[in-house]
Amino acid sequence: MAEKKVGAVLVVGGGVAGIQASLDLADSGFKVYLIDEGASIGGVMAQLDKTFPTNDCSMCILSPKLVATGRHPNITILTNTEILGLNGEAGNFEVKLRKRSRYIIEEKCNGCGLCAQKCPIEAVDMYNGGLSERSAIYVDYPQAVPLKYKIDREKCIGCGTCYEICKAKAVAYDQQDSEATLKVGSIILAPGFEPFDAKLKSEYGYGRYPNVVTSIEFERILSASGPYGGLVLRPSDGEIPKKIAFIQCVGSRDYKLGNNYCSAVCCMYGMKEAVIAKEHTPTKLDATIFYMDLRAYGKEFDAYYNRAREEWGIRFVRSRVASITEDSSTGNLFVHYVEDEKPKTEEFDMVVLSIGMQPPKNVEKIAKVLGIELNKYKFCETKTFSPLETSKPGVFVCGAFSAPKDIPESVAQASGAAAKAMSIIASERGKLVAVKEYPPERDISQEEPRIGVFVCHCGINIGGVVNVPEVVEYAKTLPNVVYAEANLYTCSQDTQKLIREKIQQHNLNRVIVASCTPRTHEPLFRETVQEAGLNPYLFEMANIRDQCSWVHMHEPKEATEKAKDLVRSVVAKAKLLKPLKKPEISVTPVGLIMGGGVSGMTAALELARQGFEVHLVEREKELGGYLRKIYYLLEGDNPKERLDALIKDIMENDKIYVHLNAEVTEISGFVGNFKSKIKHYNGKEEEVEHGIVIVATGATEYKPTEYLYDKDPRVMTQHELEEKIAKGDFKAKNVIMIQCVGARNEERPNCARICCGQAIKNALKIKEIIPETEVYVLYKDIRSYGFKEDYYRKASEKGVLFINYEDSRKPQVRNEKGKLEVTFWEPVIKQEVTIEPDLLILSAATIPNPDNKRVAEMLKVPLTKDGFFLEAHMKLRPVDFATDGVFLCGMAHSPKYIDESIAQACAAAARATTILSKPALEMEGIVANVNEDLCSGCRICEYLCPYGAIEMKQKDDRLVAHVIEALCKGCGACGSACPTKAITMGHFTTEEIIAQVKAALLEVKA
Amino acid sequence: MSEKTEFEPRIIGFLCNWCSYAGADLAGVSRIQYPPNIRIIRVMCSGRIDPIFILEALKDGADGVLVAGCHLPSDCHYISGNFKALRRITLLKKVLQDFGIEPERVRLEWVSASEGDKFAAIVRDMVEQIKKLGPNPLKIGGRQYE
Repeated sequence: MAEKKVGAVLVVGGGVAGIQASLDLADSGFKVYLIDEGASIGGVMAQLDKTFPTNDCSMCILSPKLVATGRHPNITILTNTEILGLNGEAGNFEVKLRKRSRYIIEEKCNGCGLCAQKCPIEAVDMYNGGLSERSAIYVDYPQAVPLKYKIDREKCIGCGTCYEICKAKAVAYDQQDSEATLKVGSIILAPGFEPFDAKLKSEYGYGRYPNVVTSIEFERILSASGPYGGLVLRPSDGEIPKKIAFIQCVGSRDYKLGNNYCSAVCCMYGMKEAVIAKEHTPTKLDATIFYMDLRAYGKEFDAYYNRAREEWGIRFVRSRVASITEDSSTGNLFVHYVEDEKPKTEEFDMVVLSIGMQPPKNVEKIAKVLGIELNKYKFCETKTFSPLETSKPGVFVCGAFSAPKDIPESVAQASGAAAKAMSIIASERGKLVAVKEYPPERDISQEEPRIGVFVCHCGINIGGVVNVPEVVEYAKTLPNVVYAEANLYTCSQDTQKLIREKIQQHNLNRVIVASCTPRTHEPLFRETVQEAGLNPYLFEMANIRDQCSWVHMHEPKEATEKAKDLVRSVVAKAKLLKPLKKPEISVTPVGLIMGGGVSGMTAALELARQGFEVHLVEREKELGGYLRKIYYLLEGDNPKERLDALIKDIMENDKIYVHLNAEVTEISGFVGNFKSKIKHYNGKEEEVEHGIVIVATGATEYKPTEYLYDKDPRVMTQHELEEKIAKGDFKAKNVIMIQCVGARNEERPNCARICCGQAIKNALKIKEIIPETEVYVLYKDIRSYGFKEDYYRKASEKGVLFINYEDSRKPQVRNEKGKLEVTFWEPVIKQEVTIEPDLLILSAATIPNPDNKRVAEMLKVPLTKDGFFLEAHMKLRPVDFATDGVFLCGMAHSPKYIDESIAQACAAAARATTILSKPALEMEGIVANVNEDLCSGCRICEYLCPYGAIEMKQKDDRLVAHVIEALCKGCGACGSACPTKAITMGHFTTEEIIAQVKAALLEVKA
Repeated sequence: MSEKTEFEPRIIGFLCNWCSYAGADLAGVSRIQYPPNIRIIRVMCSGRIDPIFILEALKDGADGVLVAGCHLPSDCHYISGNFKALRRITLLKKVLQDFGIEPERVRLEWVSASEGDKFAAIVRDMVEQIKKLGPNPLKIGGRQYE
């Protein structure tokens, strides 16, 4: 008899995947232990400057997630921690952990950073790719979570400076490693990857030539917070380079090295780094990318590739670089390569090596301890139809550990793994999480403002520059301030207690802390005032550290004056602060899924496993969608068997209501409370209520108009060929395949992602049935990313001929008196070749479902230019829409392989569960509100709101604006445009902001 | 105001929470020094900035106003608030000219969370520029607005 299940999950690895999995689990009622071997979470994404294809600042989008993880009451972060052992089984594991000492008492360290400033030691800063220095006591990067320092004992000389200077008494040189045992129900592995060691490609001179850097180092060079402040400089002499070469596939697609797989991300990041380098360089910069196949296979990636070429003038050279040599007098580099069958040499100022992904360093140990299987490259072994499961039940995997992949796919997999991890312990939801109880809120509506001001010394971070006692005395003179005092560390546990006491003693009804930044500390103090019975919005901060003492270190007098101004300004605002309610909205714990293909079915099953009812709506007469057209797979699984099993599971599940021959015709409401009409084609109509929507409406195959398709029976698409092969009708002796039909052209600039895999799959199948059949694949780039590269190699070995064509020389297809003729340019022999194939196979693009436009309008969600659905954020919210409660998965998002659709479907289910698992949703209190007496009904706010959170309502005989609080995100764009000032933003009202402005500008009489 | 001391401009800075305020924080974390002439007011989005806030600041004697938000086109946390700020401030500057206030006193900048140095450089540059322009004409004797 199995032991009782445990409602907790262990997440191994604190990169973006581990973070996402942790947040989804914790938001769905499970306790999470997030462990990382490093001193902080954030992973490789924290090192990146920008992210493709939107060029978003990496830290800007990651750091809110870091902070949310760090503060989540259901997440315990254990850093410097590794797994020693695992016992038990799915639902009830016992994990043994070792936590290495950081020689700092974490509970005491405030992260003020004084120790690092005074530390006399300089060590190599690995966060900056080894290009700058840090002290022996350090944090990985300024935004690190947890913000706890660590002593590098290899470098530390034990001088005692940090011990002396730390006012929080956090330094503990004699701290020992410790061991702990945790009970968890399931485990998610997200240990990420190890960048390829570029020294192993010795012909490129990395480590010998200073101006040859890796792509990770180059990210740091590009970063404004990097070693050169965001200026692109050569490491050898600090000169601005004029000519940079990017070498692709360093450590990837390298059979000799044993890394035959493609690292899947380097083409895109190489282009991104080239574009950003040009953007960051004031003078003219030439960037050249040396590549084998340009693998821009993801959503909107080819559009980026086109811009890189056309707008940014990046030069692309299709060639594998043979070697690099250095001119030792200038530090310049000679890149030796072959182009057009001729050896060439070109001089560059700097070379960036686009290094690939390798499995994590200690992967074999992890695998042994956990008992999971690895593939031949030592990445985690997974299967097409179970991409998130390891070989051990209850242990799941996400991110780059299962195969090289980019951030959005890692994030989708992370949410998906969270769904999987939750489903085996769904019965334990909510049992191990802490629900915080607050005292009843004090009614302050009849009270005069009584403001308390707490001014922080922050050790000497503030107090060393700003005259804190003077600021305290000044604060006492301000109107409505009834109490003010100074604290050594306002954020410390004991000061929190003190603030609560002072609120009681002095009957304070507004609290101000003058210290660091509200971005990190406001939530903590809001909680503190709430614990003392005040509404959390009766709190304000004055940022007198990050934006005062730290930036005016040599002007103590001016800094003190500025601190006073800031306090005065915030006091003026605090006087006007009003308690805000966090609106609660009820949730109907039912899901609605549009589309009954593999994505929709998977999402439905996952939601049902979490315990929720699901309506699954499919237009066709049977479930299955695109998967019905697939007869065999590259990786070997039997898709027909899998499809039948999936349908059987759906039909047998009493929580899933399948609506066939039906479509959703109307949706109203908002997160938690949707109402939809489902129209059956037999005329029946029904209305359902649900809390979330998942769009899984799939995609469709392009019907070619080119290459005699539909005009000659010997011309067919890959799907038609597959069907022919499956039926045993295939007899051809000579087959030509043409790639990118209906994709990567003017009408549809983006890649359809899966056609290269289809072509390789069918070519291999042909070689399997009739080995002597000749197969030619005419391609622009073979995009067999990840482990699919193995099949590309296999196909070449079996004699499939892959022949490159350029847009300027597309293949020509003719019917010459009944003979099918294909003429193409053969780039190696440099001649036109004409072949008469028995069959001409067109790799037709996967294009958006024509119904997308109607669905998008109904749900008020956006589409891409191509017509696929556009998610909330291309990097970090791959399956969310900007509209809360509406999610997306599968080919409705963009073309993708089955395993990728399944991962996204699980992800959509996990994201939906964060809503459906709560009886009521607590919304943010900072929302817009309307003074209906002033509203003239002009509808400007309705037009401006990016979230559709304003609707017009009839009031008496006129229209007035009404805020749907569940949809409002608190940006305030409405308030700044309202001509009658009828609508304003809570906590940032027009009166409050103007009061703040006026007070800040008040001339102080000396 | 004392005649003897050099003119020190007073600048109000409206910074969006997600990018620019974070960029200003990073300037602090990185200890990048800039002149102490700016008083920062945090708002959630540059799209919250009502031109009235800027006019009030100028009326009350601010010598310059900085509005900073997330980079165009797509960094905005609220999808398009930065575009709203761009439109409003472009228009406001035209109006200021009619009032006899140099439009250069109002600046709209895009600062990301990793651009601490850019934020500091903007403040330095703005202080220099406004020193050259001299005090806000609305607070010089004889041209008092009220």
